[in-house]
Formats: sequence, C-alpha cells, structure tokens
Amino acid sequence: MSAPPALDLDVTLRQGAFDLVAQMTAGRGLTVLFGQSGSGKSTLIDLVAGLKRPDRGRIAVNGVPLVDTAAGLWLPPHRRRVGYVFQEARLLPHLTVRQNLLYGRWFARRHVAAEAPTLDSVTDLLGIGPLLARRPTTLSGGEKARVALGRALLAAPRILLMDEPLAALDEARKAEILPYLERLRDHAGLPILYVTHAVAEVARLATTVVMVDQGRVRAVGTPSTLWSRPDLMDLTGGAEAGSLLDAVVGACTDDGLFQLDTPAGRILVPHLPAHLAPGARTRLRIPARDVLLSDRAPQGLSALNILPGIVADVREDADGSRVVRLECVGAPVLARVTRTSADTLGIAPGQPLWAIVKAVALGS
Amino acid sequence: MNDFGFGPDEVAAIHLSLKVAIWATLASLPPGIAVALALARGRFWGRDLLNGLVHLPLILPPVVTGYALLLLMGRQGWVGKPLASIGIVFAFNWTGAALAAGVMGFPLMVRAIRLSIEAVDTRLEQAAGTLGAPPLWVFATVTLPLMLPGVLAGAVLAFAKALGEFGATITFVSNIPGRTQTLSGAIYAYTQSPGGDAGALRLVAVSVVLSLMALLLSEALARSVSRRIGGVA
Repeated sequence: MSAPPALDLDVTLRQGAFDLVAQMTAGRGLTVLFGQSGSGKSTLIDLVAGLKRPDRGRIAVNGVPLVDTAAGLWLPPHRRRVGYVFQEARLLPHLTVRQNLLYGRWFARRHVAAEAPTLDSVTDLLGIGPLLARRPTTLSGGEKARVALGRALLAAPRILLMDEPLAALDEARKAEILPYLERLRDHAGLPILYVTHAVAEVARLATTVVMVDQGRVRAVGTPSTLWSRPDLMDLTGGAEAGSLLDAVVGACTDDGLFQLDTPAGRILVPHLPAHLAPGARTRLRIPARDVLLSDRAPQGLSALNILPGIVADVREDADGSRVVRLECVGAPVLARVTRTSADTLGIAPGQPLWAIVKAVALGS
Repeated sequence: MNDFGFGPDEVAAIHLSLKVAIWATLASLPPGIAVALALARGRFWGRDLLNGLVHLPLILPPVVTGYALLLLMGRQGWVGKPLASIGIVFAFNWTGAALAAGVMGFPLMVRAIRLSIEAVDTRLEQAAGTLGAPPLWVFATVTLPLMLPGVLAGAVLAFAKALGEFGATITFVSNIPGRTQTLSGAIYAYTQSPGGDAGALRLVAVSVVLSLMALLLSEALARSVSRRIGGVA
C-alpha cells in the first residue's frame, strides 16, 4: 500500500456571499496555493489549521483525519499538530525569542524524541542564534519571519502551513528568507502548504501548484505545465504572462555568462543568484513580453538565446495583443506580440517559429 | 505609629482602612476578571443587563448601594441570613466594610480590565493555539500576561476607591470605632465633634500619603509590566 498523501482535502464552506468548494491532495515537498486575493486560498489553509470550520467535508494530513463532518469529527487547532506561519509573524510580544521558539515544545514533547528538530538545529538552519535573548519588538521584519518559521518547526508539526510569509517584506528581506525556505523544502521532509500570489515565489519554491480561483480549485500541476496552459492565463499572468522553465545550472562561459540547460535548449544569463552553483536545479521565468518571434532562423542579432519551436496555439488578450505558445522541444515558451506582428507573420498553430530571448531579460 | 501621636482609635482606623482596601481589591480581582472577560468576549443573552448591573454602584448614590447591601447581606437579609447561619457575618463587621468597598470599586475595576482585554490581539491567541496550547493554557500564558497592565490599573483604581469609600460603608456597617471605623469614617467623626480639627488634619495627612504611595507603586508596576510585554501598555 502506498503512503497516504500529505494532505487530502474535500470541503465546502459558505461564508456570506463567498462559496468555497474544494477538493485536492498534496504530496511531499512544497505545494503552492496560488490565486488572487479573495480567491479562497487563505481560507483553505485556515480550514486545515482549524481556524475555520467547513460546512461539510473531510481533511486528513498524512492519513490522520482532522475533520470529517460525516463522522462528526472536528479536532480543535491545538490538537492538529500543524505548524502555521502567519503573514504578520504573530510572535508573542511578552516573551523572548527563545521563549517564543520553545512555546510549542511542551505540547509536542510526546513526539519530540522521534521526529522533531532541536532548538540548536532550528536556530542554525534559520540563522537566529544571536537573537535568542531579544524581544520580538526589537526584531526586523525578516528576523521576525524567521523566528515565526522556527517556532512552527519546533512544535513538531505534521505539515507546515505558510500564509504569504514574504508578502509584508521588501525585496532584500525576501532574498534573506528564500534560501531558508528552499533548504527546508529540500531537507526537512516536511510537507509544506504555501499560500502566495507572487509568481517569483512559485518559480523559486513550488514543487506543485494548486490554482485557486473564486473558491474553486482550477488546476493542479507543476509550475512549468500550469504556466504554459493558455486556459489559465487569466490567473498565471495577464500583463505579466510568462513561462516557467526548469533549468540546471551549467558552467560559466569565458565571457562571464552563465549557462542554464532547460528542456527548450541552452540559455545564457549574465548573472545568477549567489546560492546557485553549477549543477543546481532552478527555475527560470521568461516574461512573454521579453520574447520576440521570427519566422526564419535569425542571424546577425545581438540577442544570445534563440530557441526553435512550433506554434501550439495563439490566444487573444484583453488588450488586443496575442500571446503565442511555442512548443520548444517539449517545453512551452510564451511570447507576447502585437496583433499587427501576428498578422504579418501569419502566426497559426503548427507553424515553425524561432523565439528570441534577450539574455539580459533573464537576469532577475 | 504612636510616635506620631496617634490615638488607639486612630491607629485602628488606619489599620482597618488598609485591611479593608487590600481585601476588597484582592477579593474582587477574580470575579472582576471573569466579568470583564464575559463582557469583552462573551456573546450571551443578558450581556447588556450584566453590564448595567456592574455599573450600578457607579451611578447610584453610595447610600443607596449601602442600603441595598444592608437589605441583601444584613443579618436578616436574603443572602446575609443563610450566610450568618454558617458563621459568615457581614453586618457591623470589618468584612462588611470590605464588601461595601469592593462593590463600590467593582465597576472601575471591570472597566479597566475590560478595556485591556479588548486590546489583546486575538490573532496571537490563535497562533498559540496552532502551536498546540489548549484554550486554558492560552489564557494563562498569552491573554492574561497581555492584559496585565489593565488588571493592575483596575486593581489600583479599586484600591484607591476602597481606601476612600464612605457612603456605602457607613450605611451598611455604621461607623463603630475599633470595629468598622475606617479612615474616612474617623475623619468624618472628628469633623462632627468640637475641637476635632487637629485629629481630622492628622488623618487627612495619612490618607493623602497612603493614596500617593498606592499611585506611585502602581505607576512603577505598570512601567515594568509594559516594558516586559514590549513597550505597549
């Protein structure tokens, strides 16, 4: 018998005019709940945590039922063993960082021996050792976020829930937290349910994405497949539509460019985040507006990255521009072109085209 | 005390006042916190009624409250009679003075505590719950410490009120020197007798010093508490 899914959820909830009907499962790794604000993604993790109660349905984590309305089962939040990292950190202001970190420890003591991380390992992982004696009010936003994460981990949860943990932070603070989240995803073996509406976080963190829209689950899949589906483009992009490509970091070229091997071909970028060494797996986001199309193999261009492909489909956007999906050796690349250009090239499904991606467009 | 030239009845009045005020404050804290919690967080039928009832001693003339206590808790009262039969007597006893002082200070205490409960962020309690803390534990380790400044403020208000209570006390337990005569009662008695000015002034000075000390102590406590919970009182 195979292991039960990390999260198995099938619920309905009506809150005023809002109506949530969701059915999903999540495996190991980091599952992103992606959607606009008000789509119901935060409500979903509140249901898992027990902060909201479904009208009907069931929720199980690692095969352990938390809610089953048919059986009359509803575990209160404190008996669910979910680690919840809130957007606003919610550290207890009257306790020190150390006391905050250890707050859930007492209740987790029965599980501690077997599975829980130690205070030392968590402070090492998150780099918060020097903060232990401080009060939460004296911490920066990024430090608060890390302490909140450590506090949740030390409660020995079965699943980690994160509600837009980076939304309140500026770019520098986000860059400070992201490596910790990656390490957690890759090494802790703890399933993570992560709410966000930021594509950059999906690209960097997601193992699986669940698209939530108006209280319904629209689609489930890997980031690269979902971000290439034209029927999801109202959620995945709009003006910032783009494709997500899985990539392996290759060697550095003589002229200081970095090679990224993607299913669509080799792509050169001028710089990489410091944490990516050769051989590392990452994901590359190519905004559709940064891709040019050509109907013959281009020559004499300054652009470095030219990917051949076949037009899979063409979709008209609200502003009249066309979003073209090009299948490049199995990996989809999106390009946004004006209607005039689309007509001039006579773009139609099945047509071979070349996508031209300027190297500088990939740097971020 | 006698170094200051206080007579035995005056010393007794000072002792009694302190004893009455301390007991009135300590005894009303648990019900004060409970009622404040019910008013701040409870959703039940009769909440407005409870709120009005708690505030009655604040708006009624003290003599009315004292008379109501006499009717209710006196030796022949509805509650006082059965209590007297098991040896708990309030009428013409210092416990009665403490009861009257406690009742008069109760609305002030509840108001202060209620405000501090309403200022506690319930999202912090939720967070503690997701970390595995059962509701009672959350109350003891999150709610109570965070509302502590309000509890302190309420206790000090109630203490100050108890120290100065006069109308309800004298109506309920009379003004018997050495038995139910508090500072206020003793000052009143002096003002009613010829040549009592010196005595009255002496006790007024004591009263001022006690009240100021209570105030300073509470300020110091409030400062240290609000520093502990992160700078916000």
